[in-house]
Amino acid sequence: MSLQRRSVVKELLRDRGDLLVVAGLGSTAWDITDAGDADLSFPMWGAMGQAAMIGLGLALAQPKRRVVVITGDGEMLMGIGALATIGVQQTPNLTIVVIDNERYGETGMQRTHTAYGVDLAAVALGCRFRHAITATKDVGPVRELLYRTPGPNFATVKVGDEKLPLVLPPKDGVLLKARFRRALLGESADVLPEER
Amino acid sequence: MQPDWPAEIHRQLIAAGVTLVGYVPDAGHKRLIELCQEDQRMRAVSLTSEEEGIGLVAGAWLGGQKSVLLMQSSGVGNLVNVLGMIKVCRFPLVMIVTMRGEQGEFNPWQVPMGENTARVLETMSVAVRQAGDAQTVAAHVHTAVGLAYETQGAQAVLIAQRVIGIKSFQEQRNQ
Repeated sequence: MSLQRRSVVKELLRDRGDLLVVAGLGSTAWDITDAGDADLSFPMWGAMGQAAMIGLGLALAQPKRRVVVITGDGEMLMGIGALATIGVQQTPNLTIVVIDNERYGETGMQRTHTAYGVDLAAVALGCRFRHAITATKDVGPVRELLYRTPGPNFATVKVGDEKLPLVLPPKDGVLLKARFRRALLGESADVLPEER
Repeated sequence: MQPDWPAEIHRQLIAAGVTLVGYVPDAGHKRLIELCQEDQRMRAVSLTSEEEGIGLVAGAWLGGQKSVLLMQSSGVGNLVNVLGMIKVCRFPLVMIVTMRGEQGEFNPWQVPMGENTARVLETMSVAVRQAGDAQTVAAHVHTAVGLAYETQGAQAVLIAQRVIGIKSFQEQRNQ
């Protein structure tokens, strides 16, 4: 019995506290919304391949906060160079979680490279992530990486390839940006630092 | 005498509060990259592809940090789709681009992207400032950084190849 993506993401984001969350486009954006839309979530509707890099920029800008990127295997593969870039930066507050159904879920369930044995956790280890695991049954160790273990951390969570109902976050990019910045930086986020 | 434009750009970035610099190396940016790497007030992030810089910039701004990207004109071709996110989210973006495919080019494979860099950027709603001589580079960067962060817009400064002045493989390697 394979893991179910929605319950995995719900469990990862349970009692999330002040965790900052970025989700790659498509299924993982719907997953984090199903778990409960929040101001400190940035679900993407495009820019495929850039979720991990948004996480890196955020982790560098907010070194005292923990940052998680929840994305799909197809999205991670498109921006796989980001793993090398993160490995060089060694951001201790960043964890990348790939919800891996081995499919391009939004475009007709075509197989991704992971369906043919490409091992993303092995790539992350080779890129100098401090911890990189693959979870197939229990997401407890992934929660540990996300909330406690100094990173950069990486986890692949293998899930079933079921087709689920859409649970859509807001799609206005300016709204998503502004609400995130206000929730993180306060009302003063609306003006430049030198104008405050 | 030619002004020290890389040092002038570096001063402008510090004055504007830019603390994160994403780059894909280019010979024309060699000195500016070194100045940013040596400055404790900045973090210089080496990217495997220019496209990564767009995610970096967006994430940094979500976290409240100002950044710039350094690249050569060929790299502009690597980030076209993700500029869509910059536009729909109105993320501030500053790209400082050294040009290839212009006066003094020795490599024909650099020409197609170089000839179309400004057009590609403008097509994706990035405002383009052409710095045609060393005297104007710093002023263009000052304007670009100011407008990007004051108006939540995307700005690129293109530094002409004649400003950089590299004319052969040998010169590039000896730099």
